[in-house]
Amino acid sequence: MTRYEAVIGIEIHVELKTNTKIFCHSTTEFGGDPNTHVCPVCLGLPGVLPVLNKQVVEYAIKAGLALNCEIAEYSKFDRKNYYYPDLPKNYQISQYDLPICKNGYLEVETGQGKKRIGITRIHMEEDAGKLVHQGTITTSPYSLVDYNRTGVPLIEIVSEPDMRSAEEARAYAEKLRSVIQYAGVSDCRMEEGSLRCDVNVSVHPVGTGEFGTRTEIKNMNSFRSIQKAAEYEIERQIEVLENGGRIIQETRTWDENKGITVSMRTKEEAQDYRYFPDPDLVPLVIEREWVEAVRNSLPEMPEQRVARYIESGLSEYEANVLTASKEVSDYFDQCLKTYNNPKMVSNWIMGDLSRLLNSVNMEICDCRVKPAQLADMLKMIDSGTISGKIAKTVFEEMFNTGKDPETVVKEKGLVQISDESAIAAVVDEIIAANPKSVEDFRNGKDKAIGFLVGQIMKATKGKANPQLVNKLLKDKLS
Amino acid sequence: MQLYQMTAHELHRLLVKKEVSAVEIAKSVYDRTDDLERKINAYITLTKEKAMRQAEAVDAKIAAGEAIAPLSGIPVAVKDNICTKDVRTTCASKILHNFVPPYNATVMEKLEANQAVLLGKTNMDEFAMGSSTENSAYFVTKNPWNIERVTGGSSGGSAAVIAAGEAVCSLGSDTGGSIRQPAALCGVVGMKPTYGAVSRYGLVAFASSLDQIGPFTRDVADCAIMLNAICGYDPKDSTSAKVGVPDYTSFLINDVKGLKIGVPKEYMAEGIEPEVRKAIEAAIEKFIELGAEVEETVLPHTDYALPTYYIIAPAEASSNLARYDGVRYGHRTEEPENIVDMFMRTRSEGFGEEVKRRIMLGTYALSAGYYDAYYLKALKVRTLIMQDLERAFAKYDVLLSPTTPSVAFKMGEKIDSPIQMYLSDICTLSANLAGIPAMSLPAGFVGNLPVGMQLMGKPFDEGMLLRFAYTFEQNTDFHKRLPLL
Ligand SMILES: [Zn+2]
Repeated sequence: MTRYEAVIGIEIHVELKTNTKIFCHSTTEFGGDPNTHVCPVCLGLPGVLPVLNKQVVEYAIKAGLALNCEIAEYSKFDRKNYYYPDLPKNYQISQYDLPICKNGYLEVETGQGKKRIGITRIHMEEDAGKLVHQGTITTSPYSLVDYNRTGVPLIEIVSEPDMRSAEEARAYAEKLRSVIQYAGVSDCRMEEGSLRCDVNVSVHPVGTGEFGTRTEIKNMNSFRSIQKAAEYEIERQIEVLENGGRIIQETRTWDENKGITVSMRTKEEAQDYRYFPDPDLVPLVIEREWVEAVRNSLPEMPEQRVARYIESGLSEYEANVLTASKEVSDYFDQCLKTYNNPKMVSNWIMGDLSRLLNSVNMEICDCRVKPAQLADMLKMIDSGTISGKIAKTVFEEMFNTGKDPETVVKEKGLVQISDESAIAAVVDEIIAANPKSVEDFRNGKDKAIGFLVGQIMKATKGKANPQLVNKLLKDKLS
Repeated sequence: MQLYQMTAHELHRLLVKKEVSAVEIAKSVYDRTDDLERKINAYITLTKEKAMRQAEAVDAKIAAGEAIAPLSGIPVAVKDNICTKDVRTTCASKILHNFVPPYNATVMEKLEANQAVLLGKTNMDEFAMGSSTENSAYFVTKNPWNIERVTGGSSGGSAAVIAAGEAVCSLGSDTGGSIRQPAALCGVVGMKPTYGAVSRYGLVAFASSLDQIGPFTRDVADCAIMLNAICGYDPKDSTSAKVGVPDYTSFLINDVKGLKIGVPKEYMAEGIEPEVRKAIEAAIEKFIELGAEVEETVLPHTDYALPTYYIIAPAEASSNLARYDGVRYGHRTEEPENIVDMFMRTRSEGFGEEVKRRIMLGTYALSAGYYDAYYLKALKVRTLIMQDLERAFAKYDVLLSPTTPSVAFKMGEKIDSPIQMYLSDICTLSANLAGIPAMSLPAGFVGNLPVGMQLMGKPFDEGMLLRFAYTFEQNTDFHKRLPLL
């Protein structure tokens, strides 16, 4: 059987987190009643004109610099003409042949180590609105249009076809999201559509230089879908070729439920967008000084953080996991501000915190436990107020309720018992009640002591200071 | 002399001296309009109540002893493609028959700040596409000098109201000659300022890189007053120029001695009616007599202006007019089968012949495979035309030519021949392609029909045009002649 190689390129739309839209002063706030975040300009009413939001350009430059791109001194806006009810002017203002950024790259961790994925270009454009239907688009008796998103600023980041597997595609998308978040130009909230991916896939027999015909899978909004869709598409294409078929250039969608890609439209039906320079906007000339000022304002990027974490004593693995998401890394840094024990904080974030978040499918930014609260709890362990074991209970309660650790400990009566006489009494009690185990211990069965400790902890509801328990027990039995 | 026949600066003097009130002026103009509108058909919408309130406000100000601006209380008409808050703006198209903008064009804000009195919205060729105002979806505006003849276009309504005494000043828009051409055919002063000198915010776009708002007036001094009111940088228009606005009335100087006029040979070539050429030659003689130096010059790429214009303007129009789809406002077809059917039937019912013709032309010119051959080539030729003009302006203070190849033609005469109609803009197109200022002023008559003289100038050198025009006007009587109505 022929061996095949996959070629994958990704286009990612990122919503920039400006307060106002790209060409007017309307708010970009998510949600809101339909058609309340609009004005004559973003609605494209007769006679009104777009005026470029400077913040959008600054964010585009920032994203470009974070992705090692060249920033064009001269770029321009073009009109992409097509009819759709959610597009108020029936053209979208975008950048065509002269985008603001080009020739960048992104370093991605792969199974074979670090790999550099090229970034062809980044361009700015306005978002369209959205259609709302009753049921499905084909059965709904009407279409309603919400223009709140119209004119929300986007950048489209186009990669080179440098990825060779679905895992690489996913790794690229994840890393890109993280870099964009670090640059501080977007929240990259996939569930709110502020990051959307189109994946181009082709396959060709290993050893042949030429790439195969590609298909484009549109609008994926999770990293998992990117990987699954790419995997499916690679296999589908190989199967078609193996059966003597031929791949047609087309646009496909990913059906999450069925786990398959479905054809949307073929190239033959493709639109002619009739791009031409938008005569309402003057060409964009960017001074070098501005680019340098933006470069100097770039925040600490993931690589720099990884280095800093390793220096503070974390393993490379830990440093990479913590920095994979800016929110997690920010959380970690926040904790360190009042509790400077990186290893301990890292253990808690990568352990209990991420376990609890996963169990309810929650992002760290929505977590009720604030970094300072976690830090406070860790301090309580150090001071002996609670045991490490109790802390797990305390933390779970904090996670569920958002309460301070002090409050949880007080309410639940979880303060560690470190009073020697109180513990001694319980120890005596347990020794008296378990003569068999005592005898086993004296006969050299070390395991027996574990059982006795367990009984003591049970009797004190886990509150007894474990070191004291061990010490007293051994004293009494020797 | 009746109030409705006076100029803005004359009326201003009377207002300040309290010899007339703004309400009296407005009434005089509205009475004249009541008498003539059935004959002329210049207005699509009249805003009488609002106008009277504005006039009263000006009178109150004068009574209170406050100073008023030169345009305060002056009745102004506005072309119906300039957005007026709460007043319908139709572009003389069925597709916008019910469109009432919730905002003012920047020029309207400026006129309101000057307390000018808005009389109403004037008729035009649909979406400003045409050279005779016969393409209005509503009715044809008649030339006050001869009601069998056209006013020219596309701002025919705004030109006719000045000639007929139905307004004192007006605003039009000029994409390929749409102010200068009807100004010439109606015997009034019309100016297309430098591209970027007047904000386009609120001007319903036809071809964004060519459109410019400008005034129609009875004389050159009024033209300067209108420019003072409407020019200036506007942050709402990215193509608006960040240049200072001079006091245009300071250029009303009766002296052109030693200044240089270039007369482009191509603009006096065959195609120009002999009688029109004769009138322009007489005007040239006049300037020589007044001490200007006149030379024949060449603009070698003039022949390409027309085809270049008819690629660029329709290309931009095809995109600008795509928004009229029946989804959000304006006409929507009844009981469409689906969205595509709604788009298609709405547009096919809502747009007139000429608009459809240009949308098709523009769509074709921008299509994949034709873009390089047409649109891109047109942009290159546009640069050559600009360079011709730059070279000329290195030598001359103004370029002088006829505004139109003929005097006002008969209604219906060219309407069935688009090419014949397009040729009537042959002298005016280059100024739009190059973005330079140009104006038309009365320079003679053929029989009872006015002849217009066009002056073109360097970018932002409107002052020089005003100086030449003012000198000519002070030494001739053409602007004083009135149509018999
Ligand atoms: Zn808006």
